[in-house]
Amino acid sequence: MEAINNLKKFVVFKLDNEEYGIDILRVKEIKEMIGITRVPKAAYFVRGVMNLRGEVIPIVELRKKFNLPEAKDTANSRIIIVTVDDITVGLVIDSSSEVLEINSDLIEDAPSSIGSVEQGNILGIGKVNNRLIILLDVARILSNTALM
Amino acid sequence: MDMNQYLEIFIEESQEHLQGLNQNLLGLESNPKDSKILNEIFRVAHTLKGMSGTMGFNNMMGLTHEMENVLDDIRNGRIDVNSDIVDVLFECLDFLDNAVTNLSNTGKEGNRSAEGIIVKLNNILKNKPLTAAAVKVAAVQEEKSTDDFNMNQYDEGLVRKAAQQGLNAYRIKITLDKGCMLKSARAFIVFQTIERYGEIFKSIPKVEDIEDEKFDTEFLLGIVTKESEAVIKKELESISEVVEVSVASIVVGDEPAENAIDNARSGVAVTAEAADSDEKEPGEDNQNRKAKMGKTVRVDIDRLDNLMNLVSELIIIKNGLEGIGNDSRSQEMNEAVEYLERITTNLHDAVMKVRMVPIERVFNRFPRMVRDLSKDLGKDIMLHMSGEETELDRTVIDEIGDPLIHLIRNSIDHGIEEREERVRNGKISNGKVYLRAYQDGNSVVIEVEDDGKGIDVEKVKKKAIDKGIIKQAEANELDERNAIELLFKPGFSTADKVSDLSGRGVGLDVVKTKIESLNGVVEVETAPGKGSKFIIRLPLTLAIIQALLVNIGSEKYAIPLNVIRDITTITSNTIRNIHGQEVVLNRESVLPIVRLNRVLDVENSSSEEAEELTIVVVKKGDKNAGFIVDKLIGQQEIVIKTLGKFLSGIKLIAGATILGDGQVALIVDTNSLI
Repeated sequence: MEAINNLKKFVVFKLDNEEYGIDILRVKEIKEMIGITRVPKAAYFVRGVMNLRGEVIPIVELRKKFNLPEAKDTANSRIIIVTVDDITVGLVIDSSSEVLEINSDLIEDAPSSIGSVEQGNILGIGKVNNRLIILLDVARILSNTALM
Repeated sequence: MDMNQYLEIFIEESQEHLQGLNQNLLGLESNPKDSKILNEIFRVAHTLKGMSGTMGFNNMMGLTHEMENVLDDIRNGRIDVNSDIVDVLFECLDFLDNAVTNLSNTGKEGNRSAEGIIVKLNNILKNKPLTAAAVKVAAVQEEKSTDDFNMNQYDEGLVRKAAQQGLNAYRIKITLDKGCMLKSARAFIVFQTIERYGEIFKSIPKVEDIEDEKFDTEFLLGIVTKESEAVIKKELESISEVVEVSVASIVVGDEPAENAIDNARSGVAVTAEAADSDEKEPGEDNQNRKAKMGKTVRVDIDRLDNLMNLVSELIIIKNGLEGIGNDSRSQEMNEAVEYLERITTNLHDAVMKVRMVPIERVFNRFPRMVRDLSKDLGKDIMLHMSGEETELDRTVIDEIGDPLIHLIRNSIDHGIEEREERVRNGKISNGKVYLRAYQDGNSVVIEVEDDGKGIDVEKVKKKAIDKGIIKQAEANELDERNAIELLFKPGFSTADKVSDLSGRGVGLDVVKTKIESLNGVVEVETAPGKGSKFIIRLPLTLAIIQALLVNIGSEKYAIPLNVIRDITTITSNTIRNIHGQEVVLNRESVLPIVRLNRVLDVENSSSEEAEELTIVVVKKGDKNAGFIVDKLIGQQEIVIKTLGKFLSGIKLIAGATILGDGQVALIVDTNSLI
């Protein structure tokens, strides 16, 4: 579990009808959906690979990873590039909205399960003005994931 | 003082010294009387002692100190080298090696105590016969030489030793011409001249001061030599700008016996050779080291990787430039791009060369391993190595060690017969293992060959059936080559006896996987009763290759050029179906067909309906297969990128590359498809 100090910044994005947040320190950048090459025989939730300034990185489709209904890419679809240790992965999301500061007092422990996201993959639930934001533990998601 | 910044250097240097020690110990075993080797071993032990002492690694220092004592006695003929002593010295080496490994992993020396080995070393010392020097009782006190040439206890001990070995000790006073411009250079020539005839053990002022020209026109040297006074004097006088040379013998009386023993046991600066890393550093050695340091630079491999990445980027950009407005380009633009291409190719070659390391680095450890193995197994085995200077990419060098260890163990354990069996079959009782490396075109070949019993194909088949790898019926159909391939199947091991060397179930499949992950191939040749040969073929470079780009459906794939035999077209109705395998007749032989679009799950491939099909014929060893592609794009120099940890297990894909337009294209792993 990552330590949660008083104020933390999260990149907030939408997936299906929920809002999710990723610790901003994990996020390298947000890119548009271009130049993805399909990789045969990869896991079902791997969209493919893309060129990030000379580095070839895998792109994970979070909708499929979380078993959410499939949807077509839209003009708002984005790829969030996250880095854990020295592994860089892109995550396909429906749209990214903003960066939020959340006080750790307002983050509750995750309930046993939220929809399709396993409890272990969640840092907690952040409450900001009546919005509930599922804060993802990217390190855990990546370490529990085999992409083949 | 913060030692961390020195730790890395310490580890690197220690590793080098230990590698040298390893070789020299092996040399000593076969050549126990070779004083050159002994001196070298002594020097390494001494240097390691100094280095580890400075760093505060007391276990290492303690052990090397004791090693020195033993080595010194060996050197002076007080102990004869036998295999027990070499074994103990090897133990020391293992201990040191272990300590250094610990250091590089944890930054700590490790708690393992060297006590046990030190006891063994002391036993060697105790068991030596007492020599004349030790029992002689001193009668005369030494006369001190005049001229502020103060001899300390060590110097005296040294001169005494020299006298015992029949060498002469001289005090030489050298006066240089007052007008001499490069005094230190002259002094250097003097040193060199003397070192041709003997050893310098003392110099006043110190060597460093002489090098820095911190002396007037005179300096004093203490030397030991076989030559006579006159010879030395004459030689020195022939050096220009040396105006006066006076040579006088140094006479030192014998010491009381107890002191002599003490002196020998303490092992401190006992001879001129040992003295070289003490406060004074004369000696050729020092000069050699300096010369070498001027020519080479130690570079962190990360920096080289970074450089390589930048070159790769440059090549990608160059490819991009080539693609821009192909038809509308001006003449100048074309020339500029061509020039750029030449430069990037040269730059790539240069960087590649920097990354190349002689395979010696890997081979070095094998003589020792073979020695230990042959002792353990009671087989006499000679290892013949050749082509150690062959160069390979550093990343390959790091990876190739384990597979080679495995193959060599295999040859010794399974290949070479027991001594009696060899004699019975009319072979010489010594088994031979050959390890060869050479460059062959764009690849490097490493062969491990033994003159053992060869591979028993029937036995291999039987074993495979027992292990459930194949069925009896399949076995009957297998030809020899394919049967031998079974050796590389997971879970296969033919050793009747399970030894700790092989037969642990890891087997040759690990070797094969490793080699293939380096884009190499393994082949086997065998002749019953004569021996077998494992041939590893590795690409020279891993990072940048020539490849053929093809279209399959709307996707682009790259096929490495070095595996392509030729490209041809066939009409779809010539494809026949044999046992569920599509084949076509090509150049009077049956060529299996692989439909890449199906294997790679590509939708909308034009090859499914087309009349005329483009086939890329790919070879693997002596097997071929035809890969059906939709369209050929062309040949290009591509930079291989890994798919990363997450996707690296996909068999069909060897990696990825970035095309000139920034798109990623995948590289087809043809080996896995044949």
